[in-house]
Amino acid sequence: MEVDPFIFRLSIFILSIFIGYYVVWSVTPSLHTPLMSVTNAISSVIIVGAIIAALSGSDGVIFSSSSIFGFLAIVLAAINIFGGFLVTQRMLAMYKKKKKDKY
Amino acid sequence: MSANISAILYLISGVLFILALRGLSSPETSRKGNLFGIIGMVIAITVTFLSVGNFSSGFIYVLIFLAIGGGIGAFIAYRIPMTAMPELVAGFHSLVGLAAVFVAISAFIKPEAFGLGTSGNIKLASLIEMAIGAAVGAITFSGSVIAFLKLQGIMSGVPITFKGQHALNALILVSIIVLTFYLCSTQSASLFWVLIAVSFLIGFLIIIPIGGADMPVVISMLNSYSGWAAAGIGFTLENTALIITGALVGSSGAILSYIMCKGMNRSFFNVILGGFGATEQQSDGDKNKEQRPVKNGNADDAAFLMKNASSVIIVPGYGMAVAQAQHALREMVDTLKKLDIKVSYAIHPVAGRMPGHMNVLLAEANVPYDEVFELEEINNDFANADVAYVIGANDVTNPVAKTDPQSPIYGMPVLDVEKCKSVLFVKRSLSPGYAGIDNDLFYKENTLMLFGDAKKMTEEIIKNLGS
Repeated sequence: MEVDPFIFRLSIFILSIFIGYYVVWSVTPSLHTPLMSVTNAISSVIIVGAIIAALSGSDGVIFSSSSIFGFLAIVLAAINIFGGFLVTQRMLAMYKKKKKDKY
Repeated sequence: MSANISAILYLISGVLFILALRGLSSPETSRKGNLFGIIGMVIAITVTFLSVGNFSSGFIYVLIFLAIGGGIGAFIAYRIPMTAMPELVAGFHSLVGLAAVFVAISAFIKPEAFGLGTSGNIKLASLIEMAIGAAVGAITFSGSVIAFLKLQGIMSGVPITFKGQHALNALILVSIIVLTFYLCSTQSASLFWVLIAVSFLIGFLIIIPIGGADMPVVISMLNSYSGWAAAGIGFTLENTALIITGALVGSSGAILSYIMCKGMNRSFFNVILGGFGATEQQSDGDKNKEQRPVKNGNADDAAFLMKNASSVIIVPGYGMAVAQAQHALREMVDTLKKLDIKVSYAIHPVAGRMPGHMNVLLAEANVPYDEVFELEEINNDFANADVAYVIGANDVTNPVAKTDPQSPIYGMPVLDVEKCKSVLFVKRSLSPGYAGIDNDLFYKENTLMLFGDAKKMTEEIIKNLGS
């Protein structure tokens, strides 16, 4: 008997939760704010669904009821992707070690 | 592009996202981690373009909208002040939630485009996944909007409670499950819309009773929700990158919520049920408001104490962010270091309005991160330090948490500030903190209260240190 592909996806899901659990516990507390902004950015990979939705219009019809929602979702997800990664980068650039020669 | 190849590429982008989080284990590796995340995102988007393979005029519009969103995002990212990070993150969460709702709606209207069956005859499993994704997405959206409004100060941070609140919430949650069930058996579009509307409502109702100072938990929780919403959509689209990411983000937010709850010694449910710091505790605070004497000092006294100290510990809190005092603070510390005084910073897990809030602000003010310590790392050092400079923190320093079992914050881990030889406490007035509890520290023999704006007071101390 063949295994339903859903089970495969469920396995990936469960294992990823465990990976997330261990990886996130190893994040240093001082970087918890960047952690939140970067998880924000990566969860916007939902843009993948938005792109499929936006291109779902039939031939010649670009803006159908389903694709409009797709286009809106693209804008929202893109704000998050660019905003999330860039603000994370901006924050991480500020974390500096003590300069030894300064004092 | 063949389905197998794109599936593998999606997997690779999922792995890159894991590495992005992994990088955050230390500041040195974190920048590389962020780069991995960006590469993962580029791969995921490119693969989607190639696998849809529809380079019609619609494709141009996709790029246009992508550029519009990207432009807005980049603009915000460069303009936002670091003190506003909690609002920004709450705002971003709401966008993820709404995007999930929109994708689910689109998939419901036109399931053919997603390979999920035909309209009115959607595969059962897909429909369930879609409903979960849409519901969680809607909750994330409205909850984050409320959190954003509270953090931004547009809405008061005071918990909004009313009779029968919990019963109403429970009823709505049950109705979501019932609606999902009927949606699956009837495939009715109107039920789908009702489900989304009800989910928006519950997201709103869940967050309004939670007080402003509980925001670290709320933001982490919504972070987690946005992940589960993404995972729900990932199952609908049968997309590995989205499933992996959703799981990562979901567990990340859950862990942060746990850490924040532990920092306040409260159970997750206690926070969610809300109302902390509302009416009851406040009237309690009024009752035992016998005027106890405090020692009142000025910047001159503070500078004198610091000059004669050999080690100083700085305890920053939300008030520092409000007063934008981080730069002045770092200047003060520079002056102290020139006088050969050892200075370190002590950060409580729930200081500020989001996890790690204080660390970012100090980093912004060019404080090296190896001078900044977490509660467990530094708590034993207070006994050996000469001066503690408490700036904008309150409840996290209250010794009552260790001594008075009656206190609402009893058992909460606190910084042992009172063990310092002398404590300098910068505060605008004697008013209690958000928990409505009087801070015993104010009345200690070795505490000197410095009444005034955190930034102005710090600047005055710098002047006095120089003279």
